[in-house]
Amino acid sequence: MTSISEDSDKEKVRSVSVDLNNDASLVIDIPDALCERDKVKFTVHTKTTLSSFQKPEFSVPRQHEEFIWLHDTIVETEEYAGLIIPPAPPKPDFEGPREKMHKLGEGESSMTKEEYAKMKQELEAEYLAVFKKTVQVHEVFLQRLSSHPIFRKDRNFQIFLEYDQDLSVRRKNAKEMFGGFFKNMVKSADEVLISGVKEVDEFFEQEKTFLLDYSSKIKDASAKAEKMTRSHKNVADDYNHISGALNSTAADNNTAFKKTISVCVLQKLEDRVASDQELKLTELLRYYTRDIQAAKDLLYRRARALADNENSNKALDKARLKGKDIAQAEENQKQCLQKFDKLSESGKKELTSFKARRVVAFRKNLIEMTELEIKHAKNSVSLLQGSIEILNSN
Amino acid sequence: MSGSCGRIPPPFPDNEDQEAESDTRVLDSDEDDDDEGEDIFTGARSNPITPTSAPDEGDIFSEEGSYIRSDVHHATNGLHPDEEELDLFTEATVELTLTNTTSQGRREIIGPTASACNTTQVPNSILKPSIVTKTTEELEEEESGDQFELNIAVTNPEKIGDGMNAYMSYKVSTQTTLPMFLNKTFSVRRRFSDFLGLYEKISAKHSLLGCIIPPPPQKSVVGMTKVKVGKEDSSSAEFVEKRRAALERYLQRVVAHPSLLQDPDVREFLERDELPRAVNTQTLSGPGLLKMINRASDAVNKMTIKMNESDNWFESKLQEVENEEQLLRRLHAAVDSLVNHRKELCSNTAVFSKSVAMLGSVEENSALSRALSQLAEVEDKMEQLHQQQAFSDFFILAELLADYIRLLGAVRCCFEQRMKVWQRLQEAQSTLQKKREAEAKLLWANKPEKLQQAKDDINEVKLSTANDKHNTWESKVSQYERDFERVTCTVRKEVLRFEKEKARDFKQHIVKYLESLLHTQHRLVKCWEAFLPEAKAIA
Repeated sequence: MTSISEDSDKEKVRSVSVDLNNDASLVIDIPDALCERDKVKFTVHTKTTLSSFQKPEFSVPRQHEEFIWLHDTIVETEEYAGLIIPPAPPKPDFEGPREKMHKLGEGESSMTKEEYAKMKQELEAEYLAVFKKTVQVHEVFLQRLSSHPIFRKDRNFQIFLEYDQDLSVRRKNAKEMFGGFFKNMVKSADEVLISGVKEVDEFFEQEKTFLLDYSSKIKDASAKAEKMTRSHKNVADDYNHISGALNSTAADNNTAFKKTISVCVLQKLEDRVASDQELKLTELLRYYTRDIQAAKDLLYRRARALADNENSNKALDKARLKGKDIAQAEENQKQCLQKFDKLSESGKKELTSFKARRVVAFRKNLIEMTELEIKHAKNSVSLLQGSIEILNSN
Repeated sequence: MSGSCGRIPPPFPDNEDQEAESDTRVLDSDEDDDDEGEDIFTGARSNPITPTSAPDEGDIFSEEGSYIRSDVHHATNGLHPDEEELDLFTEATVELTLTNTTSQGRREIIGPTASACNTTQVPNSILKPSIVTKTTEELEEEESGDQFELNIAVTNPEKIGDGMNAYMSYKVSTQTTLPMFLNKTFSVRRRFSDFLGLYEKISAKHSLLGCIIPPPPQKSVVGMTKVKVGKEDSSSAEFVEKRRAALERYLQRVVAHPSLLQDPDVREFLERDELPRAVNTQTLSGPGLLKMINRASDAVNKMTIKMNESDNWFESKLQEVENEEQLLRRLHAAVDSLVNHRKELCSNTAVFSKSVAMLGSVEENSALSRALSQLAEVEDKMEQLHQQQAFSDFFILAELLADYIRLLGAVRCCFEQRMKVWQRLQEAQSTLQKKREAEAKLLWANKPEKLQQAKDDINEVKLSTANDKHNTWESKVSQYERDFERVTCTVRKEVLRFEKEKARDFKQHIVKYLESLLHTQHRLVKCWEAFLPEAKAIA
């Protein structure tokens, strides 16, 4: 958390608080990224004092698909079943600004040169914002892995950071997607079955109820927040148009108009900022929607393990009855129990720290958002007051 | 002037005996005015515009902060060409204070006046400088003087009747100190077609003279049908409110025009209890169809008239007007979009607020849960703010722009009238020319009888005509020349007056709009500042 505030003077403003280790033994960041057509190439830069790495400092280029590969391999690792796995970063989505750019190009003939230039500038800024956001999200993903005592030691993670050749993961994409889709279907069917399993532990029972409820609510809230910030942006855009229309009147010696132009421009900026703040809240909600999903996944895995455990118990009983394969069944049962216990233990720890993390993140985000809203509203107030005074004194 | 007769005008300064009096008063008030001139807007209360629902009658004309309208009469009976340079037009201001008993704010629509100048040059037409906004105390002080007040409000829309024959009736209340009215305070009920009828009457009389006639609000079949059918939803309430406000502005503009105010039809509209139903205003009536045909033929005429403009002023002015109309249309479209998006923002915020409240209720950490429900409340308040701002956006900006788009159309009509007069003049001149040529030809051909006939033709002395005037072509031509001169002059004056009024109107409204934005931002600050400690209290 501390590094976040330090970082905020760089352009990276994090909307989501991440428990970054102050531990300098493994520091990861994404200092820059290139956007080529559809592909974004991130430069992953690592500084480490750990001996498991070959060099103390190195950089590799990575693409989004490689991040997904890393995430998926970690998910599939049995050992990590009892941990909350950081959610995968969403795919970079430039569709919005790209569409707008396209529309702008089409409407070029119908507006003045200045207006066109201005709108182009704005779209470019929007593009840049989306870009920055996607960099940040990928960075956060890596940082969560690096700050987790278990994940940071993961062999695949290290390969990801170090291996300077192409990881050639792309070929699998179509198959993977299909496989992933199938897996999800199985999982949701499973979830239904498993929710019927009797829960022995009070803690987990509570967590289950809470997480299920919370997850749907937060998903809803994040969707609504998104809509709201989009409307706010529209309002800001309208002020832009108004100031553009006013600007295009050449021979207007009307000071009232001129003042209105400047006010509209600034009002637009204010609204933009306001929508940016709301965007942060939206981001937070979105991130935690994914995180909650990861927590739910943990619960799912534990429930699976519980079911397995029970099944193995039943199998053992059956074996004992039949008198056959008892040793095997016993072995099986022991393993299942072990797995289950391990899962429960680490799961409890993870979920507790997750709670704390969530509360802290919300707090930070809400405070930041509120403070910025206040600051910008106050700016607006003084600006408007000034303009009114000038107009009145004319 | 407007040719209104048979009405006793208020004691204007062009009465000889009052001259000396008014002189001094002019000088005195001049000094006052110069100081006060700067205070036009600071005197205004910055309150948000909130839509009024039926305000009480007693409250309509609260004296607090009401402004004086000084009625000025420019002595135009003999138009002096050089008067144009003098800024002789002091505008009548009609200012309004509405108090709304139900809602928080107070709506004020200000129309301040400019001060006149140069009274010494034209001794017979000393113009009263218009008084700028004054407080109640100053109002009372000057009551004794020649300042006249005229406040108009349109309120209390009521649905009369049922089904397709239903209509909305509006209360038109007037408060005035003008002696030409019978009472000081009075009110009548009028319906929309009455307003349209008034416009028709005024238009018929004054537009030929080149006056700019304020256009009435537009008819709306969809809106009215909803109302008639009895849909009690918010959109029909909004429609009625929009119309009510538009009718009010329309009347205020009419009485702000010095010559229109003198028109007996206007007085009748304001005063008389029962007006004969104006059926000519229906689209599908006989006169309505006739009007449409006339408009079509006018359009054709416009295309064919190529006026030989001796004065560049008119050409460039017309171009300016057309450009401005374009600009206003664009602006209006942008503001319209703003209003719609803000309404969207409003509903999205409401939905979000509920969603956050739900999230807060599920949250297990109690401090965070409380903070989230507080956030939901803040968002709720924001929704209300957005709603209010949308109203301001609409009623202050959008309607202003829409009004002026129509007014600019009226200005163009004014120019067209002048063209028509010119055309008439041209036709008369060419007829005269032809007859003279015919006469000359006959002179050549030396046919005395026909010659006499031709001479008679030119001088067509018809003693039997009803109004006992000479109706010769020559006199016709000279009459039309005079008409053209007069219309040209009037149009010039009208345009200048209009421009000044427009600049003032816009400035006023922009200030009002900025004030509404300011208010919203203030409230925003308060909301968020109240929330901050809650956010900080999360542990």
